[in-house]
Formats: sequence, C-alpha cells, structure tokens
Amino acid sequence: MKSVVLEPRRTPQPGMASRRMTLAARRALTAYAFLTVPVLFFVGIRILPTLYAFGMSLFTDDGKGPTLANFKTMVGDEVFRRALGNTLLYVVITVPLQMAAGLALALLIGRVTRLRGFYRTVYFLPYITSVVAVSWVWRLMYDPNSGVINEVLGWFHIPAQLWLRDPHEALLAVSIVMIWQNAGFAMLIFMAGLEAIPRSFLEAARVDGAGPWQVFRWVTWPLLNPTVVFLAVTGVISALQTFTQIENLTGGSGGQAGGPLNSTVSMVVYVYNSGFNDFNLQYASAVTVVLFVLILLVTLIQLKVLNRAYEY
Amino acid sequence: MAQRRSLGVLLVHGILWIGVVVVAFPFVWMILSSFKSLPEFYQFDFWPQHWDLSAYRQVLTQTEYGRWYLNSIVVAVIVTVSALFFASLVGYTLAKFRFRGNQLIFILILCTMMVPTELLVIPWYVMSARFGWVDTYWGIMFPGLMEAFGVFLMRQFMLGIPDDLLDAARIDGMSEFRIFLRVVLPQVKPALSALGILTFLGNWNAYLWPVIVVSTESMRTLPIGIGMFSTADNGGLQWNVIMAMSTLAVIPIVILYFIFQKRIVEGIALTGVKG
Repeated sequence: MKSVVLEPRRTPQPGMASRRMTLAARRALTAYAFLTVPVLFFVGIRILPTLYAFGMSLFTDDGKGPTLANFKTMVGDEVFRRALGNTLLYVVITVPLQMAAGLALALLIGRVTRLRGFYRTVYFLPYITSVVAVSWVWRLMYDPNSGVINEVLGWFHIPAQLWLRDPHEALLAVSIVMIWQNAGFAMLIFMAGLEAIPRSFLEAARVDGAGPWQVFRWVTWPLLNPTVVFLAVTGVISALQTFTQIENLTGGSGGQAGGPLNSTVSMVVYVYNSGFNDFNLQYASAVTVVLFVLILLVTLIQLKVLNRAYEY
Repeated sequence: MAQRRSLGVLLVHGILWIGVVVVAFPFVWMILSSFKSLPEFYQFDFWPQHWDLSAYRQVLTQTEYGRWYLNSIVVAVIVTVSALFFASLVGYTLAKFRFRGNQLIFILILCTMMVPTELLVIPWYVMSARFGWVDTYWGIMFPGLMEAFGVFLMRQFMLGIPDDLLDAARIDGMSEFRIFLRVVLPQVKPALSALGILTFLGNWNAYLWPVIVVSTESMRTLPIGIGMFSTADNGGLQWNVIMAMSTLAVIPIVILYFIFQKRIVEGIALTGVKG
C-alpha cells in the first residue's frame, strides 16, 4: 500500500521567479543528460572519422605527407578514370530510366480501379529484397549458355548475347538489374506525388478542352516537379555509390569484381579493391574523398534547384 | 463509348500484367532453380526434372547458414531497437527542450548526413582493428546504432506534440524519462514503425560494412554469407545451392512484406528515403 501525502497548495510568492529559473536550468540539465551519449557517438563515430579520412588521404601508404601524391596517382591511373567514367554512366543510364519506368507505372495504375493495391505491392517488391540475392538470380538468368534471358531472346530470333561476360554489354547488364530493382521505389513516390495534385486542377484543364497529353504536359508534370527533383537527387546519390550489385554480378570465378576488363568497375568497387585487396588504405581514402565531393555537388545543386522550384 | 473505355482499361491491365511478369519472374526462377540438380544448369529447362532437395540439404548441413541467419537477426534487431530509441530520444530533446547549444547539436548531426558510408568505412576499419572490434557483433553493429536521418525524421514528428500534454505529465510528477517513454513515444507510433521498417531492411540487406569488418565464416550475416560462398572458387558456381540460399533468405522477407505491405509501403512513402 502506498501512502499518499497531500501537500498544502502553494500560493505564488516573491521567490517564484528564482524557482522558475532553477526549473529552466533543471530542464536544460535533463536535455544535456539525454544528449550526452548521442553527441559522443556522433562525434566519435561520424565526425572524427570523417576528419580522419580526409587526413589519411593526404598521406601515402609508406608514411610520407602531407602530400597530394594519392590524388596525382589517381589522375594518372587508368582504372580510376575507368571507374569514374563508369560511375557517371551508371548514373546517366539508371536514373532517367528507373524514373521513367516508375512514372509510367504510376500513371498506368492511376488509370485502373481494380487491382491497384496488388500492382503497387508487386512492383515495389524488388526494392525491399536483398541486393545480393537479386544479383545472383540475375547472374544466373544472364548466363550466356543456359540463361533464361538468351532463351527468351531466341524465341524472337535475337542472337544470344554474352551479357556480363562481354566488356561492351556488362555495364548495361548491371544497369538493367539496378533499374529493375529501383523502378518500384520511383513508382511509389510518383503515386504519392500524383495523389497530392488536386483533382479540380485536372478537371479544370479538361473542361478547357485539354487532351490527356496536354493535361499531363501542362498540369501534372509541372506539379510533379518536387517529386522529380527528389527522385533525381536520391537516385543520383545512390547510383554514385553502386557497389553490392557489381561485387555479386561480376566478382569471383578467379577475377576481381568490376570485370570483364574493368568494364563495370565503379568508384566504390575501386575503393574496395584498393583498400581491402591491395591494402592501400590511404589511397582508398583519397578516392572516397573524391566520391564525397561528387555527392556534395549533387546535394548543392539540389538545394539550388529546389529553391528555384519554390519561386513560381 | 463505354465499350471503348473498357477496352482501354483492359489494355492498361494487359501492360501492367506484363510488368508483373517481369518483376515476379526472377523470384519464380530463383525458387525453381533451387530445386534443380547441378547438371541441369548446363542446358535450359524451365521446370526441374524432379524436385531435388539436395541443394537445401547441402545449405543446412555443409555451410553455417543457420548461424548466418541468426547473425542477421541479432544484428538487424539490436541495431533497429537502438536506432529507434536514440532517434526518438534525441529528436524529442531537440524539438521540445530549450537549452544552450540546441541549434549547434542539431546542425552537427545534420552535417553527418552528408557524409557517405564509403568515406567512413576505412576509418571505422582502422578503429575496429585498434580496439579489437573486427569480427565481433559490436563491430558489425556500432556504425548503425544511431542514424542522423532518424534523428531528423523524429524531430519533425516531435515538433507536432502539444506542449500542454508534456506539462500535464510534469504536473502529475512524472520523471522526464518516464514522460519520454510513456507520453511521447505513443504519440509518434506511425513514424516509429516507418523508421523501424526502414532501419531493419537496411541492416538486413547491408553489405559494404559487414563484408569489411567480418573475417571468419561464423560471423557472416546472410548477404555476406551468400555472396562469399558464391564467389568462393570451389570448382565452378554451385547454382542450385546459391539459389537455395537466396530463396531461404528472401522468402521470409517476402511473406512478411505481403502481410505488412500496407504499413511498409506507406511507411516508405512517408519517409521517402531508404535507411
């Protein structure tokens, strides 16, 4: 049994102002108590390591520095240039196509009334499944001799392709897997964006005699602008970081990931190979610094575009 | 007119069904392939000749697959609980307390969102090597225990909690921490479940950091186990085993996804970003 002590009700007194001060101070103390561990964590696990990575990039693996030697090596290294070029190709190929596929799916689903939830669920499924598992299934399907993709192409009398084994096709083959996996995410975000457009806008345009294409071009598309910017930026950033797909689609069987002939190597695969296969952590850090700058640029462009979008 | 419209709708359904086949086929193919015997992979066959369970037997008896599963569950669950707890605690404090340095701490945490994981894995690895964290659960988990994105998201939701509610709890004499647990957290349940799903999926599928920090077979998580087993060059790819491993890893997630799909899909649309 708990005993309840009834205190006499306090009446406001002259000393109340100082009481309130201590109350505010006590609440600030509570806040600091709640934040101590998290702040230590963010400083120790995020901020100091970031500075450490920048510091490391200025030293060579035999301890010389500070120097820009790593960056000079990078510029002269053909594989690095290949990795940078490929990474930009991944961005240019996957981002527009996965967004176009996502928008097309969202618009098509918007035109039907039945099975909407079913389509949405199925199309989003690849996005939540493990990249590793997905990559290995696609690798099996791409197999030049017994893969199902060449088999299906054969039905339409298209000659068998080498896919991941052909230096000219491998990057495209990797990109297809990325698009297959990410289109559902774009669809989901576009569906949310489309729902946010007031129906009266579309009806007003129709009453004014606009056809479906005109409604899309002059009403839907401009109003989707924030959605498009969001998907473009998140898509570009994640395409710049492509790694797991390439490791699992092209790695093993005697060769480093990124083959054949470095045709699929990306920046992050290059970082991984130089840091954890060649064990030059300083050089690998320098490459991650370049990647960081690229991502920062994209983010800054995003801020600029978003600000402009708000103006009209 | 009505007929023309229904024809159009039928056409749309037709296109969408082609899409469904394209999306679903790799999953079907993965399952079918897991029941084939290895020689069947040298030519193309749609159905397995007979439903062969030897790949599954091999996964369960000759690899540490069960251990990888356990590792994945341990890591994903602990990281998710920790990330949710700290994201809401920090988000709440930043949103609802006035104190010196509030803005500074918020900006500090936001800045860490700009830094890609790729830049951090090398310092983390150096740290882990020095402190003996390589190849331990702690080593796999520590980077994810708190996430800036979660803090940012939860702070946004915490701003919407009415101050009167908190003051009422204070007048009732609840301690600040109990107010956080009993009054604040129930208010932000939808955001918590969305963030929890994202964090869980992100960690369940994580690859880059675990592949660096794990060095022995028994500490691998599922993606690392599957990836490493498959690329290990032990006399050609054992496709049926790889597909059995993938099936066992993917199907439970797919089933969970179909059960909770509404919440998952809406959660991801709500937060808009993969964890």
